[in-house]
Amino acid sequence: MTTITKPNDGHANRTPHRVHHPGLNLGPAHQESEDTREEMVFGFWVFMMSDLIIFGLLFATYVTMLGGTAGGPGPSDLFELKSAFIETMLLLTSSFTFGMASLALKYRSDRKVLVIWLLVTLLLGLGFLAHELHDFHKMFTEGGVPSRSGFLSAFFSLVPLHGLHVIGACIWLIALLGQIAVHGLDPPTKTGLMRLAILWHFLDVVWIGIFSLVYLGGIV
Amino acid sequence: MSHRQLSEQEAREKSSELRSYLWGFGLALILTLIPFGLAAYTQMAAGTLYLVIAGCAVIQIVVHFRFFLHITLARNKREDLQLILFTVLILAIMVGGTLWILFNLYYRMMPDMLP
Repeated sequence: MTTITKPNDGHANRTPHRVHHPGLNLGPAHQESEDTREEMVFGFWVFMMSDLIIFGLLFATYVTMLGGTAGGPGPSDLFELKSAFIETMLLLTSSFTFGMASLALKYRSDRKVLVIWLLVTLLLGLGFLAHELHDFHKMFTEGGVPSRSGFLSAFFSLVPLHGLHVIGACIWLIALLGQIAVHGLDPPTKTGLMRLAILWHFLDVVWIGIFSLVYLGGIV
Repeated sequence: MSHRQLSEQEAREKSSELRSYLWGFGLALILTLIPFGLAAYTQMAAGTLYLVIAGCAVIQIVVHFRFFLHITLARNKREDLQLILFTVLILAIMVGGTLWILFNLYYRMMPDMLP
């Protein structure tokens, strides 16, 4: 590997590589797609931030609706600490395994380790979804349906929207695994993986808000 | 070979990035376990517990941005930090305004809705 050094730059070996976009940069070994990646990753960050505003306002709506149970089941009747904890652990671990996948993409030339970490991440994401759907099903059987009260409407617009994002991210991950299998690690696949990493870590950040405010706040 | 031949600088970058993910994971675990543990096993006053939960959540969000999303205060990453901070400003105005207006309305017209 040759490092790119400017002729009159004596510090080239001590300073980190130029940072092209927010998040993990793949560095000079993946130069071929660096130009488009800069725009696409930054653009994805802008989208992510607009998504953050949607979630933030749904959180605010949820808080204003906390008192509006209309005689129906409230947070302490419907939420379980244990399943919220399991979901939190699944999602947190999947965020870490995606980080490991990013490092495998950056530093290894073979696909095996990358694909293994991605598959682990996918399984954890699907486990999270299965658990969440099981939770919703249980809430439904206890009379916690969206039309029951303002509180439940607000809950079911906030938490399942996050779940829907996770479903989307899982489908994207499967599509990227297909791309890796068919095309190998070509520039569009690499860019896709980097954007999905941002989405995945971001969804974990939103989940911190959900488990703290909705589940822990509701049970205490 | 499975490993690409890494330059010395890349090898250093790799180990520091791996450390960053491990630190992030460890800190996030601790910051998750504290609020869940307190909620499950202690009889703390609700007010204090809310504060601890909120504090842990805010710190954990910062940890995720720093260690998983690699957003730092470094000079060459200022643009995205500005993007995030601007979004937080917009959020604070809209969320704060929503809560202020609606809870004021509840206070005046629908006291039942107040927590």
